[in-house]
Amino acid sequence: MNMIKSLAAVLLGLAAGALLMALTGHNPAEGYKFLFEGGLKNPERIGNTLATATPLILTGLSVAFAFRTGLFNIGAAGQMLFGGFCATAVGHLVDLPRAVLLLLMVLVGFLGGALWALIPGILKARYNVHEVVSTIMMNWIAYWTVFYAIPSYFKGGSETESRQLPANALFHENWLSELFQGSYVNLGFFIAIISVLITGFLINRTTLGYELKAVGFNRHAAEYAGIAVKRSIVMSMFISGGIAGLAGVAQYAGNASSIQIGILPTQGFDGIAVALLGANAPLGVLVSAIFFGLLYSGRGFMNAMTEIPPEIADSIIAIIIYFAATSILIDRLYRKYKSRRAANKKQGG
Amino acid sequence: MWTTLEQIFPYAIVFTIPLLITALGALFSERSGVVNIGLDGLMIVGSFMGAFVASRLQEQYPNDAWVLWVGLLAAMAAGMLFSLLHAFASINLSANQIISGTAINLIAGALTIFLARNMTGSGNIRISTFAPFEVPLLSSIPIIGDLFFTRTYAVTWFVLLILVISTIALYKTPFGMRLRACGEHPHAAEAAGVRVQSMRYVGVMISGAFSGLGGAAILMTYSGEFNGNVSGLGFLALASLIFGQWRPLGVLAATFFFGFASTVANVSQVIPSLAVIPPVVLKVFPYVVTLIALVIFSKSSNAPKAVGEPFDSGKR
Repeated sequence: MNMIKSLAAVLLGLAAGALLMALTGHNPAEGYKFLFEGGLKNPERIGNTLATATPLILTGLSVAFAFRTGLFNIGAAGQMLFGGFCATAVGHLVDLPRAVLLLLMVLVGFLGGALWALIPGILKARYNVHEVVSTIMMNWIAYWTVFYAIPSYFKGGSETESRQLPANALFHENWLSELFQGSYVNLGFFIAIISVLITGFLINRTTLGYELKAVGFNRHAAEYAGIAVKRSIVMSMFISGGIAGLAGVAQYAGNASSIQIGILPTQGFDGIAVALLGANAPLGVLVSAIFFGLLYSGRGFMNAMTEIPPEIADSIIAIIIYFAATSILIDRLYRKYKSRRAANKKQGG
Repeated sequence: MWTTLEQIFPYAIVFTIPLLITALGALFSERSGVVNIGLDGLMIVGSFMGAFVASRLQEQYPNDAWVLWVGLLAAMAAGMLFSLLHAFASINLSANQIISGTAINLIAGALTIFLARNMTGSGNIRISTFAPFEVPLLSSIPIIGDLFFTRTYAVTWFVLLILVISTIALYKTPFGMRLRACGEHPHAAEAAGVRVQSMRYVGVMISGAFSGLGGAAILMTYSGEFNGNVSGLGFLALASLIFGQWRPLGVLAATFFFGFASTVANVSQVIPSLAVIPPVVLKVFPYVVTLIALVIFSKSSNAPKAVGEPFDSGKR
């Protein structure tokens, strides 16, 4: 049923996108043709789609994990930014053999994001401060911290960018780029895949995952059953923030090689969309992130070939999310349809 | 020190007004029982509609102030219409209100730029703004005159008027009592003959209209340009609502705090006595204070009891 709902939301979103293109005087068939060609036409474009999807997989996973444990982590953007910043700092300051350095960057990126989510987690567990507001505040604190830290410590060529990371500290792999004929897909994608697997295992197959989910379902029942509720909440936020931090590593040391300041990464909020469309299941997150990655990576090509503004991709995603949020309508229609069929059968027989 | 204060005060007020009206709208929504996290998106919609209408009219009537008022009204109408999406999802469909609000934010951010790009190519729409003016007589009152009545905007007084009317409406009229009842004990309200769902629609629509006005106020006072976002002020308005403990005067104080703190942070580099403080400290100050305030208020929260819960008439 979840899959039917998600597919229905996607179809409705694409239909709304077509309507939008038509209303603004463009040709929807042409628009979609170039949009999908832009993401899939050749190995390079497929690789770029996967690369675009990489941070989305991780932020989506972060939000989904929090959701499963009853928390709404709207601060993935800040956690991603801060995690990415910490990893970038390590990449600039530490000199180690490449494999060790990359592993260290992953670890530090995770910890940076986790730390950023830990504060809202503690505030929630200890003082019952709603995590939606506290994570938004943390987003802006991350925004300004990075805004001033980058020019002071890692100033790059332009005013709004950090220095390029040395090649030693980048997740690029020549064989991978060659496999996808020049795409910028990189090891970040594997970080994402591994995270999906680990998170899936953690949620579905471990005691810890069970406890975290139990707290999400019913805090009081979980407490009665002897689960340390407060510790679980903090733990959930810690892990969720850590995964978002990995998105920062994949973005700023994989897809890009520097951090732009003065902007919160859009992947943070898109992660909410990814999680929702993927029904908060790790595998669902993977699929929906790749689908959104496709739309994002194809929109440039579409914009080059037609007059359609690239924001059509963002609009489609946003509309899909609205339909996913209101999917209860589809539920109701489906039930009505079923009961009517049952009634018809009775009459017929 | 005094001259510094005198200089930045008018800016602080101008910065406070959009936050104030948006948070006030959210107060109606949350008091009726619906969380509206889509404030940011609704502000963007207002900003877009205001820019669209005003820029079109200014082509023909370049120097008329009424054009901007038409733009403001259009922005309120657009915000109200757009908020119906959220109302429908959260009231009729019992959808998760936070997800629905997030969808509103995403749709507004993407759709308005999409439309603006179809119009201007760059996606930015420039308009000429309200001109600040000096209130005759009142501006010559010592101290207060300098702070409040020089370089003031008509929008400011319009919003303050709405604040007064809203406070009276919420606390001194049957409408206000019913609306608040729907956010506290919807079942009791229903038993007393209040139509909970209609009241919640009204709450969300007021929130939409006020957010639209807030977005347009940014555009028509200090920004002068639609560019597809309102720098996250909608979220700040939401925080102000909690900081202000869901009361109109609390919201006024909280938004003024944000307005003042942000202005200080923005101008700190040109004022010698403030330039010694690292700018990052001033920039994160309002957010850190909000976090601390949330902790302090957590013990005695005045949040409407049924806020965020879908209303199901059949459920006890």
